[in-house]
Amino acid sequence: MKYMLLIYGNEALWSSFSQEDFQQTIAETDAQLAELAKSGELVGAYGVGDQVLAKQVHVDNGVPAVTDGPYIETKEYLGSFTIVDVESLDRALEIAAKNPFARVGQVEVRPLMHEAAVDV
Amino acid sequence: MVTDRRVEDQLRELAPQVLGALVRRFGHFDACEDAVQEALLAAATQWPAHGAPDNPRAWLITVASRRLTDQLRSDSARRRREDLDAVRDVPFTSVVTDPADGQAPNHDDTLTLLFLCCHPALSAASQLALTLRAVGGLTTAEIATAFLVPETTMGQRISRAKQSIKAAAAPFTLPPPDERDDRLRVVLHVLYLIFNEGYTTSSGPHLQRADLTAEAIRLTRQVHRLLPENGEVAGLLALMLLTDAHRAARTRADGALIPLAEQDRTLWDARLTAEGTALISASLANTQLGPYQLQAAIAAVHNEAASAEDTDWPQILALYDLLERVTPNPMVTLNRAVAVAEVHGPQAALEVIARLDSDERINAHHRLEAARGHFLEMAGQRDAAREAFRRAARRTTSIPEQRYLEGRAARLSPVAPEQA
Repeated sequence: MKYMLLIYGNEALWSSFSQEDFQQTIAETDAQLAELAKSGELVGAYGVGDQVLAKQVHVDNGVPAVTDGPYIETKEYLGSFTIVDVESLDRALEIAAKNPFARVGQVEVRPLMHEAAVDV
Repeated sequence: MVTDRRVEDQLRELAPQVLGALVRRFGHFDACEDAVQEALLAAATQWPAHGAPDNPRAWLITVASRRLTDQLRSDSARRRREDLDAVRDVPFTSVVTDPADGQAPNHDDTLTLLFLCCHPALSAASQLALTLRAVGGLTTAEIATAFLVPETTMGQRISRAKQSIKAAAAPFTLPPPDERDDRLRVVLHVLYLIFNEGYTTSSGPHLQRADLTAEAIRLTRQVHRLLPENGEVAGLLALMLLTDAHRAARTRADGALIPLAEQDRTLWDARLTAEGTALISASLANTQLGPYQLQAAIAAVHNEAASAEDTDWPQILALYDLLERVTPNPMVTLNRAVAVAEVHGPQAALEVIARLDSDERINAHHRLEAARGHFLEMAGQRDAAREAFRRAARRTTSIPEQRYLEGRAARLSPVAPEQA
């Protein structure tokens, strides 16, 4: 079963880390990802570029329009996500709890939709 | 490169025999497994172009042994260890002509390998992956594709599984008689999971996963051939065949699910039904009842009905009563409720599943709400049924199932007010 672990945050949160804490957090994250890669549970992990780099695409009458943004005030935005393929929800929650960001904020755990269906 | 289908089938058949011969001779399950994979790849490249050798099995054993000694030699050189000297002294021919080997194909290590790959020290995901590679002869890339994960992820999972087997110091022998039943139960469960993994995605963008169904049936056939007297093995094989018989009828062209009651039964595979029914009939008459046999018997009753209306529901209910006694669990109770609804009406079925609302193993599961929706609809309570189907649709993570449940809810929508 695949789960997505999402870490949200904002400038205030990212900048609340001291340089030392930040290095420590990165090191812990790297160690956890290495461990998940070794166990064969890691599907992928990605940091998401800053909001200032985000683009919005909207198609109007077949014509795509690309704008910078979002400029809407968002309290928190997606900072990174990790996809794991694990035995159970419990295992996904255990991985989330070991993520250093779970100590300062929250790690959201969502199951991924799939093409499989039970027989009906 | 396109591999000849016949060559591929032959290689898959030989894979566990070759691996068994190597492990029995050299030990080092993990290294042998890698060597056999390399030999299989070499054969898949060379045989279609140059023709298969006269003795394919001996060819594979020779090539794999060579790869193994090369690997162990370089490992030992790297680690400056001398403990593998013995390996170097074994002439290849002694492996090929190993006395136990001469009896092939009657003598077969497939079962021993299955027990090893389904070792209790491994997680279910690892048991599946390792079984498909070591016994099924699939490549890591094929297994990764089947489970929709990157090849590196699957490679690590398999390598971790092999390390766990090494760490557990599991011997390459059949488990002792007092453990054999428990261990066989794990093997059968792994084969069942492989089947489901393939069967539940026999449509949509992941058509290749259907191969897992064929692979599970092939492996279960082998176990049945090796343990013909075991009723649960026969039951599992029958269950797979009887379920697979519905394949052509269970999805629409767009991948949408068609429930059993609405399937075009002329599309069911009569040959698979006949084989499955014969297997389960013989097994029920001869051996002790188990959960796979009971599920296969239920499937056989469904398959023999020419139309949904002809289904012998009292018999199905009786079989579910037995199944619930043999393996009491909420999913069985839920399935039994469907038979209760057909025999005693929707109200009785709603009472059965009301008891599951306090069962934490199932009360958040979409199938409980889907069943409730179905019974409420039968009872004519359209609004409540619609709400139940909506709840079920939100709880599933399966795309085809979500589409199906949304459809059931939409069918029950109140008539839209006329537009002004």
